[in-house]
Amino acid sequence: MNSCQKNNEKLLVKNLRKSFENLLVVDNISLTLKENEFVTLLGPSGCGKSTIFNIIAGLLNPDKGNVYIDGENYTGKTGRVSYMYQKDLLLPWKRIIDNVALPLVIKGESKRKAREKVKKYFEVFGLEGFEYKYPFQLSGGMRQRAALMRTYMFSKDVILLDEPFGGLDAITKSKMQKWLLDVLNKLKASILFITHDIEEAIFLSDKIYILSDRPASIKEEIIINLPKPRDREITTSEEFNEIKRHILNIMNN
Amino acid sequence: MKKFINIENKTIPIAFLFLLIAIWQIIVDAGLVAKYILPSPKDVFFTFIDILPMIKGHVLVTLYEALLGFFISIVFALILSVLMDNISIVKKALYPLIVISQTVPIIALAPLFVIWFGFGRLPKIIVVVLVCFFPIVVSLLDGLESVDRDMLNLIRSMGGNKFQIFRFIKFPASMVSFFSGLRIAATYSIMGAVIGEWLGGSEGLGVYMLRVKHSYALDKMFAAILVIVILSMTLFRIVALVEYLVMPWTREMDK
Ligand SMILES: Nc1ncnc2c1ncn2[C@@H]1O[C@H](COP(=O)(O)OP(=O)(O)OP(=O)(O)O)[C@@H](O)[C@H]1O
Ligand SMILES: [Mg+2]
Repeated sequence: MNSCQKNNEKLLVKNLRKSFENLLVVDNISLTLKENEFVTLLGPSGCGKSTIFNIIAGLLNPDKGNVYIDGENYTGKTGRVSYMYQKDLLLPWKRIIDNVALPLVIKGESKRKAREKVKKYFEVFGLEGFEYKYPFQLSGGMRQRAALMRTYMFSKDVILLDEPFGGLDAITKSKMQKWLLDVLNKLKASILFITHDIEEAIFLSDKIYILSDRPASIKEEIIINLPKPRDREITTSEEFNEIKRHILNIMNN
Repeated sequence: MKKFINIENKTIPIAFLFLLIAIWQIIVDAGLVAKYILPSPKDVFFTFIDILPMIKGHVLVTLYEALLGFFISIVFALILSVLMDNISIVKKALYPLIVISQTVPIIALAPLFVIWFGFGRLPKIIVVVLVCFFPIVVSLLDGLESVDRDMLNLIRSMGGNKFQIFRFIKFPASMVSFFSGLRIAATYSIMGAVIGEWLGGSEGLGVYMLRVKHSYALDKMFAAILVIVILSMTLFRIVALVEYLVMPWTREMDK
């Protein structure tokens, strides 16, 4: 596995296959995520995207295939990658600061120390002044940022984001995408992202894997070479639309 | 709007209660029912004030049995629910038995306790435990079961162990349900102790009620019932207060 590390590959997924009872959901998925790269799985609803993430996170065992992180086999092992679910899953009984500090507490740090450590990130995540609120006191976008922050606190190494902006309105969503790019400029992280929103995928990613309908298999791998840092304007550029057209073509075949 | 409903919620039952008491008073005053069969609310109230210093000892004993039984039920319920929640075979084996056990009338069992455990406080406490235990276990199990699977997976994905899953997710998530069971159990606890005392013994409100019943002092009987209602309501209130204090997140949600 030394060859992987030379290519600075953080995550390598090889030939994953998974079925639930007789329903084949994931069919021969292989993908790679490099250090500080933003890679998106773009696929239709219900095709098996979350299942792929559950396998990478170690919550599910694949029927076939393996998950390597930094060249080490992590198939079926939890506790290595950060995983943000489709829902924000903030604990309603904990204040935002304790929600965000939870991964550190689970790793064995004291509550006081964990709070101390997460405090300085509230500004970057746009949650300053909301440290001691409860989740229900936050707007949808803020809750999503808090969930992102918690995910980030667990590890900056490999972060899985499952449709983090799926439930937001168009305006908030657009703001959050821009915000995410800004944050990633400041804090380095390797991100594997799920969406079924084509524009979101192009705007955010370095690389997109286009998935088929269920069972999910990879239809095509597209490198996005749009310049960085990216701005909203880019979404109306000729290049952007060229990529979009190309993806639509693939998805509709 | 909400405030209005809240006030309405309290005023209507209270007004209705006073109406009933007034009707009761009028019926007795009018001589429709003999006083030795049904004392008037006024008489009950004065008797209540009258006997209060005298029955203080009895009240304390009943309260002691009820509270001790209540706490023992909580501890048992906690241990058993956690066991049942974690080990499915324990749940499969025990849960039906616990439900069936509730169909056995306590009144029928209680005399046995007297035979087995005598006339002391122990059999009374056992009755309280039997009465309180069930609502707590059932509500706690319900709570533990209704936890969001994804939340459990979230903690698992962070590498959290079973204890951490319980501490950070399962326990707090089941608190609301747990407390609704506690409130019911708290009100039952006094009643359980009184029933236990009816079966024999030398102290407690139940014993006092038996004595005044034998001397046909129905006003004292009603006064004792009043004491039981007040005690039960107070316990209920205390549990609700504790709930309010330990779950700040639900409190601020109402605002
Ligand atoms: N634990 C499970 N047991 C049985 N079937 C499951 C399980 N988890 C997922 N499935 C099935 O697998 C298929 C893919 O589910 P998955 O959640 O991975 O899709 P998805 O691509 O994430 O969908 P969405 O875009 O709606 O989030 C679905 O048909 C679903 O019913
Ligand atoms: Mg999904």
